[in-house]
Amino acid sequence: MHKTLFEKIWQNHLVEELEDGAALIYIDRVFLHERTGSIALKSLEADKRAVVSPEHVFCTMDHIVDTVVGRGDNTKVPSGKNFILATRQACLDANIKLFDVNDPQQGIVHVISPELGIVQPGATLVCPDSHTCSQGALGALAWGIGSSEAEHALAIKTLRVSKPKTMLVNFNGELGFGVSAKDMILHLIGAYGAAGGAGYVIEFSGAAVKELDIEARLTLCNMAVEFSAFTGLVAPDEKAIDYLDGREYAPKGELREQAVKFWQSLFSDEQAVFDKIIDIDCSKISPTITWGNSPQHACGVDAVVPKVDKNATENQLKAMHRAYEYMDLQPGTALKGLPIGAAFIGSCTNSRLSDLRLAARVLQGRKVAPGVNAICVPGSTTVKREAEAEGLDKIFIAAGFEWREAGCSMCFFAGGESFGYRQRVVTSTNRNFESRQGPETRSHLASPATVAASAIAGCIADVREYL
Amino acid sequence: MEKFTVHCGVAAPMLQINIDTDAIIPSREMKLVSKQGLGNGLFAGWRYTLPSGREPNPEFVLNQLQYKGTSILLAGDNFGCGSSREHAVWALKEYGIKAIIAPGFGSIFYNNCIRNGILPVVLQNEEVLMLAKHVQQDPQDCQLNINLVECYVSAVSIKNAAEVQRFTFAILPAQQAMLLEGLDGIALTLKLKTKIEEFKQTYQEHYPWLF
Repeated sequence: MHKTLFEKIWQNHLVEELEDGAALIYIDRVFLHERTGSIALKSLEADKRAVVSPEHVFCTMDHIVDTVVGRGDNTKVPSGKNFILATRQACLDANIKLFDVNDPQQGIVHVISPELGIVQPGATLVCPDSHTCSQGALGALAWGIGSSEAEHALAIKTLRVSKPKTMLVNFNGELGFGVSAKDMILHLIGAYGAAGGAGYVIEFSGAAVKELDIEARLTLCNMAVEFSAFTGLVAPDEKAIDYLDGREYAPKGELREQAVKFWQSLFSDEQAVFDKIIDIDCSKISPTITWGNSPQHACGVDAVVPKVDKNATENQLKAMHRAYEYMDLQPGTALKGLPIGAAFIGSCTNSRLSDLRLAARVLQGRKVAPGVNAICVPGSTTVKREAEAEGLDKIFIAAGFEWREAGCSMCFFAGGESFGYRQRVVTSTNRNFESRQGPETRSHLASPATVAASAIAGCIADVREYL
Repeated sequence: MEKFTVHCGVAAPMLQINIDTDAIIPSREMKLVSKQGLGNGLFAGWRYTLPSGREPNPEFVLNQLQYKGTSILLAGDNFGCGSSREHAVWALKEYGIKAIIAPGFGSIFYNNCIRNGILPVVLQNEEVLMLAKHVQQDPQDCQLNINLVECYVSAVSIKNAAEVQRFTFAILPAQQAMLLEGLDGIALTLKLKTKIEEFKQTYQEHYPWLF
């Protein structure tokens, strides 16, 4: 029987097909964070249920923790400290490894999990965070869940899951100059809609994906959830195997040898059948940016705000008009040259060392335009340290960027810091939802290189002119 | 968990596509380390005149008199997409929403509904629009009746005690059972503890590096 990569992992973790149509799936790792993890642990305790394998559970402080230099437990998010304190206590009580506020390994869950070798090819990993799909980049089956399901996974090492359908997305050909993984995923969602992946687990493949390094694959898989997919994943190749070598929680010595042998068997068989296949021609992908209030409102940076499609339904028409209104844009307006008030580089999508290197290349020897509030938040304390060792911080600071401590930061507004009322922001994050980054803030999603170029220009810019 | 079998109530149309969980419960409204205290934050960005205020926005559907007592939402495709925050479901529940009818849902949101006794009903877009037309005539009279035992939604008139239209829907038996019986997923799975232990033993032999 020919199997897809997903089916192989699913089969390995299948404890039992349940009578009612769901499957009981074994969970190898659970990751928590202070925003939702604290509630799950508290609720579990209230129900007098224990965490069954605390050695396979990890927790980080990323969502609410401040990212200003000199931070502590106090947060700009109102009552944020309560989440931090509750999480710390709950982890202590349950004997869970916590990457605390000023831990040298602290950072955004989907940055530190690969960085520390916690996520591994062929393993299942869940986290009460929708961007857990990022971690599929290493060939794991990793997906986001709610708090109740997190409790289930913590209490009994399994989840009841309905099997998703399978989709193969082939990115064929080579990426053009100045085009990155972020542009690939925005392009896909722009072409097939924010609900285009609903009900599917997506394997990303094709020549362009094979060329991507692991950090770029993490960016690609990160936004599978913005495509409404169950999750995304990439078959682990030599790059993935090398990436994990020597990482703290990855297998070592003889165990690594055993693991590598297994990892090498993790690919979709040539004749495996997918429920759906999408082919993307990478030569058609430009540096991409969103113009509206959904990730599906994506187009080339050199394009204009699109008109409503002639065949649009009434609902689609309404959605487009709402997007124009919210973003204060008219169909036909050129995106390039649109003045911005802020630029943000960070988040689980694009805050890794390679992202910062690319942005620094654009910023080197240049200055952020007057009036642009430019902020860079490394994805983890390790990324920050490594970037500083290379002198990237100096480039960011010299250009006029704020250089911060690691965390989710201003990817979302939780009542603390924001970009301000109706401010226009070019951002390397994953969601341009209404008021996501601040009250009625107008977010344009793009690659970190495009964010850097736009910060310099003071308006949405084509990064190809800055490389 | 609360059971869901049959429910009849006022339904409000919110037919935009892609209503995300940030819109359902903005992060700034998640103030407590708790599943409680979220009802007032439901749709806060649209429901109140100011982002930080509590003055009702008269244009927002749930604030309109004719939709008083809404317990069912009629939504556009991909309702509940985005963030995994279960707070979205807790907020809906606290507000009094029992069921949501849409052409599609965000998958994490869908599961979160099931775990909290809220019924997510998937119908065709045209069917959702027909139901919306029905309720819009007179929301207090033209209500919806949802039957999870037989898996149908009917448009009814309370005054005339009559059924106008009926649509059937599909739901996985597992999810139907959880809602009908108000089952606790953990308690249910704990019954399979021996099986899981056996699985773990073999699994550990095959994949020792994960232990």
